[in-house]
Amino acid sequence: MRTNDVMLQTATKVVTFIILMFAVHIFFAGHYTPGGGFVGGLLTTSAIVLLMLAFDIETVKKILPINYVTMTAVGLLLALATAAASIIFDVPFFTHAYDYFDLPLFGKTSLHSALLFDVGVYLVVVGVTMTIIQTIGEDE
Amino acid sequence: MSFVFLIFLPLLAALFIPLLFKKLGKVHTGWFVLIVPVALFIYYASLLPTTIDGGNLVSEFQWIPSLDIAFVAYIDGLSLLFTLLITGIGALVVLYSIFYLDKHREQLHNFYVYLLMFMTAMLGIVQSDHLITLYLFWELTSISSFLLIGYWYTRDRSRFGALKSMMITVFGGLMMLGGFVLLSIMGNTYSIRELIPQAPEMVSHDFFIWALVLVLLGAFTKSAQFPFYIWLPDAMEAPTPVSAYLHSATMVKAGLYLVARLTPVFVISGTWMWLVAGVGLFTMFWGSFFALKQKDLKGILAFSTVSQLGLIMSLLGASAAGYHVDNIAETTFKYAGFAAIFHLINHAVFKGSLFMIAGIVDHETGTRDIRKLGGLMSLMPISFTVAMIGAFSMAGLPPFGGFLSKEMFLTAMLSLTEFDLFSMDVWGVLFPIVAWLGSVFTFIYSFYFVFHTFAGKHKPDQLPKPAHEAPIGMLISPVFLALLVVVIFFIPNLVGDWLVKPAVMAIQPFLYSSPGEVDIHVSAWHGFNTELFMTLGIFAVGGLMYWTLRKWQKSYDRFPDSVSLNALYDNLMFLSDSGANRFSMLYMTGFIRSYLVYMFSFVIFILLGTLYLAEAFAFDVSNLAPVGFYEIVILVALIGSTLTILFSKSRLTAIIALGAVGYSVALFFVIFRAPDLALTQLVIETISVALFLLAFYHLPQISRKEERMRFRFGNALVALGVGITMTLVALSAHSQKALPSISEFYKETVYSEAGGGNIVNVILVDYRGFDTLFEIAVLGIAGIGIITMIKLRLTKKEGQHENK
Repeated sequence: MRTNDVMLQTATKVVTFIILMFAVHIFFAGHYTPGGGFVGGLLTTSAIVLLMLAFDIETVKKILPINYVTMTAVGLLLALATAAASIIFDVPFFTHAYDYFDLPLFGKTSLHSALLFDVGVYLVVVGVTMTIIQTIGEDE
Repeated sequence: MSFVFLIFLPLLAALFIPLLFKKLGKVHTGWFVLIVPVALFIYYASLLPTTIDGGNLVSEFQWIPSLDIAFVAYIDGLSLLFTLLITGIGALVVLYSIFYLDKHREQLHNFYVYLLMFMTAMLGIVQSDHLITLYLFWELTSISSFLLIGYWYTRDRSRFGALKSMMITVFGGLMMLGGFVLLSIMGNTYSIRELIPQAPEMVSHDFFIWALVLVLLGAFTKSAQFPFYIWLPDAMEAPTPVSAYLHSATMVKAGLYLVARLTPVFVISGTWMWLVAGVGLFTMFWGSFFALKQKDLKGILAFSTVSQLGLIMSLLGASAAGYHVDNIAETTFKYAGFAAIFHLINHAVFKGSLFMIAGIVDHETGTRDIRKLGGLMSLMPISFTVAMIGAFSMAGLPPFGGFLSKEMFLTAMLSLTEFDLFSMDVWGVLFPIVAWLGSVFTFIYSFYFVFHTFAGKHKPDQLPKPAHEAPIGMLISPVFLALLVVVIFFIPNLVGDWLVKPAVMAIQPFLYSSPGEVDIHVSAWHGFNTELFMTLGIFAVGGLMYWTLRKWQKSYDRFPDSVSLNALYDNLMFLSDSGANRFSMLYMTGFIRSYLVYMFSFVIFILLGTLYLAEAFAFDVSNLAPVGFYEIVILVALIGSTLTILFSKSRLTAIIALGAVGYSVALFFVIFRAPDLALTQLVIETISVALFLLAFYHLPQISRKEERMRFRFGNALVALGVGITMTLVALSAHSQKALPSISEFYKETVYSEAGGGNIVNVILVDYRGFDTLFEIAVLGIAGIGIITMIKLRLTKKEGQHENK
């Protein structure tokens, strides 16, 4: 699928970043407003898919040299480790912890161990969807 | 000290084996492994004084408290005896394996990891007081045995033997689990110690006989009793150290251990006595009879092991008689339990040495075929001496340990003729006769094993390698064991007091309260009695028959292979394999439309069935919101695009219409104020359309062929059924609330307990985090699936090659 559409490519260069920033926003906003790791991951994927449509797989691979299979594995491990970490503190599996902290720049911020779990979800979602798209797309 | 953790020491050590093998490959990995059993043996030997006085030790570790599952290490005479056998023989076998397995050619890291895993499993079996963890270790021995038999996995026979042993022992293990569950239902506990006092009440329970039979199935398959013994001869494909360790000294004795351990629970039942003693004795005869048919050194030993295990099993069964008589100390029934444990020790010692000799012969001559061997006596004098000591002990000749326990075996079998319960007064007379016959054949095959290998004419032209004596390191273990065989003959009562009597107490706790009460004195000479005349008869008849062996051994070939138990196993495997294949071919058409029909039909069946059975259908319009303009518009778009998919002529249109369906649903989420769902749906839809386009891009461009689709009534029915079912379910779900909605709970706790604001997301990561965890795991698996399907698929050329 080699395309050479200048308009698409020019727009993509801008839009991709908007989508990516939006994905990050959606991801972090998740705990209080709509969003979360799942949607965040999907949005990120859609940004990369857009890149692939506008350019081609080889170029995208050069820009983002990520092994998505490893990414999936890391995500799964992270999610499982977050869930399992509670065992160390002698509370049931999957007990989350949270508290509020005063961070520079951010002010009063709530930090939640669910965020780590959500990062895991995010990584798995991006990893798997990109794995699927890449393997099918590369297949001759 | 919490010695329960020592069970896991070998497993822990196994973690370091691959590292040691890689980094310190110059030193044979076995030397590191050797430390583990030696250290454990020394530690456990230090516990001996406790059990000699009849004491016991308990160490506990809660594993899953909510399910009442714990690792409970219970050390009494019986478990300590087995523990010492496992670690002691284990140490000797590891030492032997260092010289047997070449460090340059063999995959030592695999071998020792499996071996250590086995050691943990075996220690777990004999020390567990908790039935469920006992089962866990039990299956772990099956798995490690499978891995060890299949150690030379490039050989066809190894893989076959490994699978066979696995199939049979795991079958037995599952049966045994069933028995354990029944036991725990009857006794309301998983602890063996707590079950024993309840035995008198349990015997009248409906489940009792089932539990008995199921547990025995487990024990019989593991201990290679008739008719399950067929896996043991095939297990001889394992490296000889493994055969010596697992398949003669320890693992196959797990079944004996289980029978011994649970004797107090089942002893009241006559069925128990008949089954254990009867099957055991028959196995003893069968094994010894067919040992003479074997041409392979290890094959002879395998059948001899089957036979000897049967012997011990029958003694354990006979020991049940002691429960039913008064004042056991004055009867001859007291001998069975003692003889069982005593012979178990003797067997472990002499059979271990014999296996090691068989391994040495194989190693130094290159063959185990007894027809090619002969005359090795002068070339391998030390091996010959060890083999002779081991075999004579097996045959029951003095002055070797086996003589003593064999005499007691005959005593115990004779005592059964005097037993007058459970129709023993009629059939009991069979026991000494079969025992005598079995002993005669035992005598013959022992001589066959030694003298056909070491005596006779040397045939150097038939041997793959010129024969010579084994290196000194390889001889240490068998020589040590052979010395033990002789030593046991001279100090039987010390062995009795230290090891046997405490173990007997565990088998017959209802008879003795301390090991000192076991009133048995072993002596080599006890006057002219029936046992002695039987023994002399065995020597005379056995000797005569061995003399004429060449004349009648050929008659074994008349037993047809096609009606053997092995053929039965092969046929069963073949039938289940091809049968399962044929059955799945019945419905696996390869068309996704067929599978969808199955799935949807089942959905209709189960949902409508539940609705009907639970009388759950309800229709209530009082609570409905008015249908607005937007809803109607979206609905029309939804139905329109669905129809477009069905009737469109190009793929592209169909995909885009499918996207439209998804977007319309997303719009529904928007107007019903579910922003999270809408957001996810929109993104998902976008990506899946892109994916679809990618996938369809790769489909071959087939030239258009107009064809009217035939109307399929069945499919229409299923389609209609799904629609109706879903409508009914939705209406009913809306019209009645059996339980108050959970959303109130979420609203109350989402901030206070979970520290979040968005209920949907908090559900995903917190309330129902497990769902999400498994979901992403499934996603990962799907990713792997796609990779295997696309990247690893065979091209046409390779595919044809594969089919050859």
